[in-house]
Amino acid sequence: MKLRSALLGAAAVMALGQVAHADRGSDGDLKLTFPQAVSIMNPYLSNGTKDIFGSSLTLEGLAGIDDQGNLIPKLVAEIPTVENGGVSADLTTITWKLLPDLKWSDGSPVTADDAVFTAAYCMDPAGGCAQLSKYDGVKSVEAVDPSTIKITFTGPKPYPYTAFVGALSPILQKAQFAACSGAAAPTCTDANSMPIGTGPFKVTAFTVNDTVAFEANPNYRDAAKPAFATAVIKGGGDAESSARAVMETGEFDYAWNTQIPPDSQKSMEAAGKGVFVVAFGTLVERIEMNVTDPSPDLAEGERSTAAHPHPILSDIKVRQALSMAIDRAILVDVGYGAGGKPTCNVIPAPDAWASDNTGCIAQDIEGAKKLLDEAGWVAGADGIREKDGKKLHILYQSTVNPVRQDFQALIKDWWTSIGVDVELKAIDPSVFFGGDAGSPDTFQKFYADVEMYANNSDSIDPEAYLAQYQCSHAPSPANQWQGDNINRFCDAAYDAAFKVLQGTTDVAKRQEIAKKLNDMVTKDSMIVVPLVHRGTLSAHSNTLAGVKINAWDSEMWNIADWTRVK
Amino acid sequence: MLTYTLRRLMLAIPTLLVISLVIFLLVDLAPGSPMSEIPLTVPPDVRLKMIAAMGADQPVFVRYILWLRQFFWVEPAGLFNSWFGTHFAEGQQRILSWQSRSPVFTVIGQRIPQTLTVIGTAYLVGILIALPIGIYSAYRQYSVFDQLGTLFAMIGFSVPTFFSGTLLIIIFAVWLGWFPTKYDTMMSVTDWPSFVKQIRQMTLPVMTLGLANAATISRYMRSSMLENMGADYVRTARAKGMPERVVVLKHVLRNSLIPVVTVIALGIPSIFGGAIITENLFGVNGIGAALILAIHANDLPMVQTLAFIFAVLIVLFNLLADVLYGFLDPRIRYD
Repeated sequence: MKLRSALLGAAAVMALGQVAHADRGSDGDLKLTFPQAVSIMNPYLSNGTKDIFGSSLTLEGLAGIDDQGNLIPKLVAEIPTVENGGVSADLTTITWKLLPDLKWSDGSPVTADDAVFTAAYCMDPAGGCAQLSKYDGVKSVEAVDPSTIKITFTGPKPYPYTAFVGALSPILQKAQFAACSGAAAPTCTDANSMPIGTGPFKVTAFTVNDTVAFEANPNYRDAAKPAFATAVIKGGGDAESSARAVMETGEFDYAWNTQIPPDSQKSMEAAGKGVFVVAFGTLVERIEMNVTDPSPDLAEGERSTAAHPHPILSDIKVRQALSMAIDRAILVDVGYGAGGKPTCNVIPAPDAWASDNTGCIAQDIEGAKKLLDEAGWVAGADGIREKDGKKLHILYQSTVNPVRQDFQALIKDWWTSIGVDVELKAIDPSVFFGGDAGSPDTFQKFYADVEMYANNSDSIDPEAYLAQYQCSHAPSPANQWQGDNINRFCDAAYDAAFKVLQGTTDVAKRQEIAKKLNDMVTKDSMIVVPLVHRGTLSAHSNTLAGVKINAWDSEMWNIADWTRVK
Repeated sequence: MLTYTLRRLMLAIPTLLVISLVIFLLVDLAPGSPMSEIPLTVPPDVRLKMIAAMGADQPVFVRYILWLRQFFWVEPAGLFNSWFGTHFAEGQQRILSWQSRSPVFTVIGQRIPQTLTVIGTAYLVGILIALPIGIYSAYRQYSVFDQLGTLFAMIGFSVPTFFSGTLLIIIFAVWLGWFPTKYDTMMSVTDWPSFVKQIRQMTLPVMTLGLANAATISRYMRSSMLENMGADYVRTARAKGMPERVVVLKHVLRNSLIPVVTVIALGIPSIFGGAIITENLFGVNGIGAALILAIHANDLPMVQTLAFIFAVLIVLFNLLADVLYGFLDPRIRYD
């Protein structure tokens, strides 16, 4: 029986070999596994990457972003630019033109009204839309005619590709979501778990936090795609078990987010059933320096505020010395393996936006000691440096996470070797990132001298990301500690340069200013000490072809092109 | 007996109310917030709006009263409607999970079957392994079999399921390739091959849990048997010339089962509670996996509702065990 079916299979392959490309649905079942299961299929109600990636099989924006970071048209014929007249010369409007005969998976036509509705849906103040920042600065969205969408901004928008671009901001079907606006948004369970889309697959079954089943969208705009007839995303477990299911047992074709220790990566690759692929976006693991005094001797409401400069870290020489003492290459080897690389930038990618700043990579213990000597910190009897009778003592906090605790231990060793007394603290991530103004342990309150976590820019153009280092963004009791300038960094030159960036439209100039701003918070001031540029490690089976891992959009951005190796 | 049962049921109501308040406050006062699930790239004002849309910014007592109303009125009314086509409490907000925005009871309804099949089978397998081991170990006390049984129980007790489960995966899935490591929850059993597939995917989680369950029950069975073996009625039975099989399996076993049945009944709520670690390890989308996910995501409505359902089950099965005890042992009467 087995032999017979094998022979039949071989015959079928030979017959199919004549055809240049596979037909829609000819490659059978595609199995994906996520360590965190998909909770909801509507990215406007969730920030979870798992949910955004899951829904990207079904929901699409007008345009997407390819693996190189370039915009690619999806539901439109071309990307609007100033040159082709799609973006107005004063940069206040952008006009998208839908492809002709575009259909939803239920067969009804896609029209500009759907986009108008989607914008209103997300911008409804009662809806709690998770992607509201994608519609930042949008004044109105109108349907000029059934296939033309015109977005008007409140002012000039040098980078207008935020609304309706990428997996974070897809088009919803008006007919399905019409009754789901505002406060009713979360109650539309059916629409939120089985949205109708334009993507290569449509949802056939959904179980919360477990499995999503798909079949090829019969109305997908390319009649030959997708190659797979059905797809399933099974969630749950952990990174280790997901990686194992692809790399060792071969039960699954693709596993997203398989960040496992470097030694496990090697042993799993040895099994020969699959490969790991890494997407490097802008995620940087960094140490943030507090330039305000977190001393518990200060009154509540005074701690870690601009009123009290930090007694140790206000001195740039100390900050530089702390950075110089770190060997970033060792951190990568210990914590991330193929999933990370050393970096000195807060904006490490894409290349056109990243500064050529590599000065911090080489560790220099002697140089660090010399800087501390110059700063007036001299070694005491116990080897710990002192100045004016005060010990060089640093409280270093981070979240509970095995890799971060390894990093803390290594960095503590290096800092101790240059005469710094380091106290470590690890906080539960749900408290650390919880933003509770009543808790002393949030990363915003920053009741410590230095803290370590990771952050990234969610778009290629980093304007919104760089906004956080302006003076006015510092968390303080006045804004319930909700600011995102964690370091309380305040430099008039930075604020001025950021204003220039906001007013600049030429991309090359913007890149230049972004690099300058990046350098101002990193190598020029060492307010932020970048450690590791982290990628997302995913795994795919050797029998799956066409995977192009993408850090700028959904990892499944080109799932329509995935095929089975025969 | 009936008055006793009724009295206990009445007493359960204030008990459960107090339990619900304690659960609610415990979960609520624990540090952490659903905000921590929102990535840093989301601006602070958008975060605050998202929290407000979930109702998570309401004071704890408002949320408690609302939850009580939803749990005891809206949800039962919804169930009643679906059975009898009535329209009670329609259009009223059900308990919604903060994480998935879907009704908590829909999620529970999706997950209960998996938990009952996998964890229930494991419990059954555990009992079927444990009883013979317990009986024979007691009958041949200090024999080689008894020593092996003790060793087995020790291993079952002391090896945590995350270790034994991973070990089974590495041996039977990675090396031998006999069983899958991830449970396919979409599969429905329609014919013989799909039934075989279902058995195959259930094998590893059931063995992992069955081992742990069997260890406990076999020890209870053994000690209960030993207690009865030396009793006077056993000597009488033997003196009457009854065959050994009848003495052990009819006289001793029946009497020894009384405490064991209680232990088994008290363990049943844990089947509904699922097995957090095992379910997670094998990707079984049961209640336990739902609970741990909800805890990680600070999905308070989900955690509170699940914890309260467990409390209800524990109270009910405690009562059931008491009643069963009186039924099995006529000497015990509660009137």
